Amino acid sequence: MTGFFNRLKEGLTRTRQNLVDKVEALVTGRTKIDDELYDELEEALISADVGAETSIELVERLRRKVKEQKISDPSLLQGLLQEEIAAILGGEAIPVNLGNQPTVILIVGVNGVGKTTTIAKLAHRWKQEGRKVLLAAGDTFRAAAIDQLEIWGQRVGVEVIRHQEGADPSAVAFDAVQAAKSRESDVLIIDTAGRLHNKSHLMNELSKINRVLDRAMPGAPHETLLVLDATTGQNALSQARIFGEAVGLTGLVLTKLDGTAKGGVILAIHSELQTPVKFIGIGEKMDDLRDFDPGEFAKALFGKEE
Amino acid sequence: MAMFEGLAEKLQNTLKKLRGKGKVTEADVAEAMREVRMALLAADVNLKVVKDFVARVKERAIGQDVLESLTPGQQVVKVVHDELIQLMGGTTSKLNMSSKPPTVVMLVGLQGAGKTTTVAKLGLYLRKQGRRPLLVACDVYRPAAVKQLQVLGNQLDLPVFSMGTGVSPVDIARGATEYAVAQGRDVILLDTAGRLHINEELMDELKSIKSTVKPHEIMLVVDAMTGQDAVNVADSFHKQLGLDGVVLTKLDGDARGGAALSVKAVTGCPIKFAGMGEKPDALEPFHPDRLASRILGMGDVLSLIEKAQSTFDAKMAKEMEQKLRKSDFNFEDFLFQVQQMQKMGPLDQLVGMLPGMGKMKALKDVQFDEKEIKHVEAIILSMTPEERQNPQILKDSRKRRIAKGSGTSVQQVNNLIKTYEQTRKMFKQFADMRGKGPGKGPGGKGKGMFKLPFMK
Repeated sequence: MTGFFNRLKEGLTRTRQNLVDKVEALVTGRTKIDDELYDELEEALISADVGAETSIELVERLRRKVKEQKISDPSLLQGLLQEEIAAILGGEAIPVNLGNQPTVILIVGVNGVGKTTTIAKLAHRWKQEGRKVLLAAGDTFRAAAIDQLEIWGQRVGVEVIRHQEGADPSAVAFDAVQAAKSRESDVLIIDTAGRLHNKSHLMNELSKINRVLDRAMPGAPHETLLVLDATTGQNALSQARIFGEAVGLTGLVLTKLDGTAKGGVILAIHSELQTPVKFIGIGEKMDDLRDFDPGEFAKALFGKEE
Repeated sequence: MAMFEGLAEKLQNTLKKLRGKGKVTEADVAEAMREVRMALLAADVNLKVVKDFVARVKERAIGQDVLESLTPGQQVVKVVHDELIQLMGGTTSKLNMSSKPPTVVMLVGLQGAGKTTTVAKLGLYLRKQGRRPLLVACDVYRPAAVKQLQVLGNQLDLPVFSMGTGVSPVDIARGATEYAVAQGRDVILLDTAGRLHINEELMDELKSIKSTVKPHEIMLVVDAMTGQDAVNVADSFHKQLGLDGVVLTKLDGDARGGAALSVKAVTGCPIKFAGMGEKPDALEPFHPDRLASRILGMGDVLSLIEKAQSTFDAKMAKEMEQKLRKSDFNFEDFLFQVQQMQKMGPLDQLVGMLPGMGKMKALKDVQFDEKEIKHVEAIILSMTPEERQNPQILKDSRKRRIAKGSGTSVQQVNNLIKTYEQTRKMFKQFADMRGKGPGKGPGGKGKGMFKLPFMK
């Protein structure tokens, strides 16, 4: 567990450096809590992509607490902020439900967020856990996307259901469910083409995949995960909202957290939408995909270990 | 995004009460600047860049004489708009071409920014300008990245140079230059692997490619949706490689593209191109004024006009205008409109470019169904010329025949007729509006909002 925690901490180093160290630098050496300090705190949050609205709200809550508890020592602000952040993130981790046979998981997102890589990491992880995993190459649009998934499939050692480039992704999905049933797979992960959420015809295509899946196996997909690039700014909210309306998300995967000093967008999403973050990608290695545990995350963010 | 909709409008409301005053005071401006700050932050412009920007605008806006014709709000909007354009720099979308070919262009950036797609688009763009580009697959890390470039090159009939994934990118780049000379290709486009700006090993690789083939142009590919970190990414790439230009991708999304401002501010490099879609020809020269309008929520009028110009037949458009004025607008014209709209590309993209469309509540939830347009076309094509010109004669039996002929239902035909009537009225309103000045667009308050059948 300690090793796991350290790895998580390492992946979040840049986020921590940006946000937490900045906050620490802000409060140390100060003798009183004033408007200037609040403004600077707000800016530190905004710089971490927390978003203007959420940042203002967070600082507002801090102000209230400081008043209520009659706090005058600036160094106590850090702890208070950690509490508030943990509160926004919510307490409980919500794991992916793998109770169905097969459990069908649909992966969606805009272009270039890391859907295919995430699928490879998920497949690797569940295979390690002894599950039988099957992948479906549902990105029939982008050049060589099918090959990309196939190469990952070989590396991980799982099978990939594929059609030709340009084929109907719903057909791929349908066939994959049939294959998963007959091969008695435990998990079927379906890749989809990256699409910008404001293209309604592409969003309709996703709804169709959803309908076809439900026909192939009532209740499927059991999980629909939206993959978000942690480097993304406030548009991540728009993505989560619109994909949610189109296909009904059960969770989010936040990728590339190791490369960004930000990741604050998690807070914005948690405070404005109800969709939980289920996994975070914190590195390029196969096992660098982690369960998102809000408590652990808040702790790792502030670099504290019990 | 929603809160960002119409900063221009917000500013005008904030400053409305100033109407009649001779000058904009410091306090007025301070209030307006809060809105500007929030709006820019919501557009993902870097905080530091925002602060500098706001300070500059403030200085310029205070004490400005309020022109007679403008409200103070508009005046401030204009200052903000001007400053935004200035910050984004001039309109240079020219690549540094070497006098001694081949010119070497290297594309770099984070994972998933859109480098490979951009390389293909750029190849097509250059060929249209009479160049002979060579695409080079230097991404040996991402699975199937080489294959992706090969497929794209194949589709566009552009040559692709690759040496598989077992060779170092430096050697591939060197090999490509030799190959280009032998084959008489005059521009080499290097597709490099996506990498984190903090990954020293991979950044060193780019440096060795640079020192080996000496690119004439190093362009950073930036996702328009990038957040506050855009500054660090751009700064780091710039410091390590010395950038010459920037390509902003995925601008066809609904992100405001504030990253563009950050990148320009921190590197000083011009943004040369904008990626506007998944199709290979969806690469456009970057227009700072248009992005400024977009950031302000003023609508991308110029892009729309340009798009319309390139697809609309100018003479036909003139005739159409005449008809609209006289409002003898029949189904023939309606069909023409629908067909023109199809030529202009995805409808939602067009609507996004219309100023004020964001303001229309009714339009926010509207989705466009391209398939429905086909139905509309089929229905009109099933009408006789007489019926198209005199829609009044459409009675039940005619409608039944048309429905049969077009494979639709009488209900759909009725819907179309209703839409046509509404459109005609709307166009009449537009025509009447001319000369009366702006401000009362049809459906401005969502009331009486027209609804085409392909809007759901």
